[in-house]
Amino acid sequence: MPSEPLLKIAELTSHYGPIQALHGISLEVNSGELVAIVGANGAGKTTLLLTLSGVQKASGGSISFDGTEITRMASHKIVQSGICHVPEGRQVFAPLEVEDNLKLGAYCFRDDKRRLSEELERIYQLFPILKERRKQPAGTLSGGQQQMLAIGRALLGRPRLLLLDEPSMGLAPLLVEEIFRVVRELNDSGVTVLLVEQNANAALGIADRGYVLETGRVILTANADELLADEAVRKAYLGH
Amino acid sequence: MFDQILQFVLTGITVGATYALVALGFAIIFNASDVVNFSQGEFVMIGAMSTIAFSAGEGLPLWLAAVGAVLLAICVGMMLQRFAIAPARGASVVTTIIITIGASIFLRGVALLLWGKDIFGMPHFSGEQPIQIGEATLLPQNLWVMGGAAVLVLGVHYFFNYTTNGKAILACSCNRTAAHLVGINVSMMMLIAYGLSALLGSLAGILVAPITFTSYDAGVMLGLKGFSAAILGGMGNPMGAVAGGLLLGLIESLAAGLISSGYKDAIGFIILLLVLFLRPSGIFGKASTERV
Repeated sequence: MPSEPLLKIAELTSHYGPIQALHGISLEVNSGELVAIVGANGAGKTTLLLTLSGVQKASGGSISFDGTEITRMASHKIVQSGICHVPEGRQVFAPLEVEDNLKLGAYCFRDDKRRLSEELERIYQLFPILKERRKQPAGTLSGGQQQMLAIGRALLGRPRLLLLDEPSMGLAPLLVEEIFRVVRELNDSGVTVLLVEQNANAALGIADRGYVLETGRVILTANADELLADEAVRKAYLGH
Repeated sequence: MFDQILQFVLTGITVGATYALVALGFAIIFNASDVVNFSQGEFVMIGAMSTIAFSAGEGLPLWLAAVGAVLLAICVGMMLQRFAIAPARGASVVTTIIITIGASIFLRGVALLLWGKDIFGMPHFSGEQPIQIGEATLLPQNLWVMGGAAVLVLGVHYFFNYTTNGKAILACSCNRTAAHLVGINVSMMMLIAYGLSALLGSLAGILVAPITFTSYDAGVMLGLKGFSAAILGGMGNPMGAVAGGLLLGLIESLAAGLISSGYKDAIGFIILLLVLFLRPSGIFGKASTERV
């Protein structure tokens, strides 16, 4: 018997004023999967994730997470239910210390101090550079370090579903590799991941399944290796 | 001469402590929401006037009246946020400034209707027996103002530097989207910031009212002075605002004593203009470091 997907999006639409950004998107993420959403600039990938997190309002359709309807839930309630979002462009709290940034990631669990320090230690093991820099303002970190911080911050929210928006943006190839390795490891350790990327090659390289988004619509979905082999996808998004 | 200066300094610190609390209120709201709240002075007036109304009018003991007044001011602050500032989310700085000026005129109008144009006094908290320090004298109420301000400033410092909710408010101001995404209830944090500002303003009003008296429009000048102090110390730097307040109080008091009391207010605003010309980020404002 196939179990209910962890995340189920049906016919989701969203508008910026009069401009429609999402035109009825339907997709599913099963527990334990790593799903990639690829597409060009302006395809609606970031809007989709922001709508999932409740920061951008949905104008129609539905989102259900673990069987609960979350379409119009306040963003802090959505985080409490276990969806943690690593936003595009890292969005760290620049003037605050690295460690404060991480602690704010655990805002929903702020009263559980013991567990917080254990989990902080785990993030520091995952990204040792953050431990070295923990007393520095987050704004002084390099782009790659800020990306690690943004991921660490989201992990402290104890995600059951991790949303990653363009984690490779603006990073050197070696760092991109490092970040994707960590994402893969997180998924192997049981975190369900929904990854949005313009870097379709790298994203589909680690994903189980993929969706191709174009102007606010899903135009194609398949297993990641099939998408990588697909002639049209290669032409449009992989550059060869 | 020395005794005279000592006297001016003591007076200056008392007045400066009041300015510091008002300036701190400005800085907290600016930090949390990028709004310059020009109705900050009205919180001071509401604190003092409603304490007098509750104690003289309703016959409550002074401390209970003060608690009631502070709670009332906090409610007004939160309602200001909820019904005037929050709906204008995304508006320009000038728009929100006009909104807060409008709110301050409205609050002053309500106070005028309720309590009239009279000037009111408040009993001193612990007598009026002056304390002799050398040749200078100090009223017990001056100590209440200084001590009260010190406790409040330390409390605010602790809140923003050592508590998760304090840092969450800072997080809202530096990146609202990210604050949403880590699960911070942003609208709740805004309410807390405005409530905290109102608490500081109203307590400043209550502490200083026995010395300065109060009236429905007492908040105008205090609000402007608090604003000058916040600019002087660097808007958005709470402890800078406190230092700015003390400094402004001292300078005013010395200028009034040594030059002429007629120029007291003018000197405060001349300093404000000078700071804006020479160091727009304030004396203690530091350029922020950020890499992208």
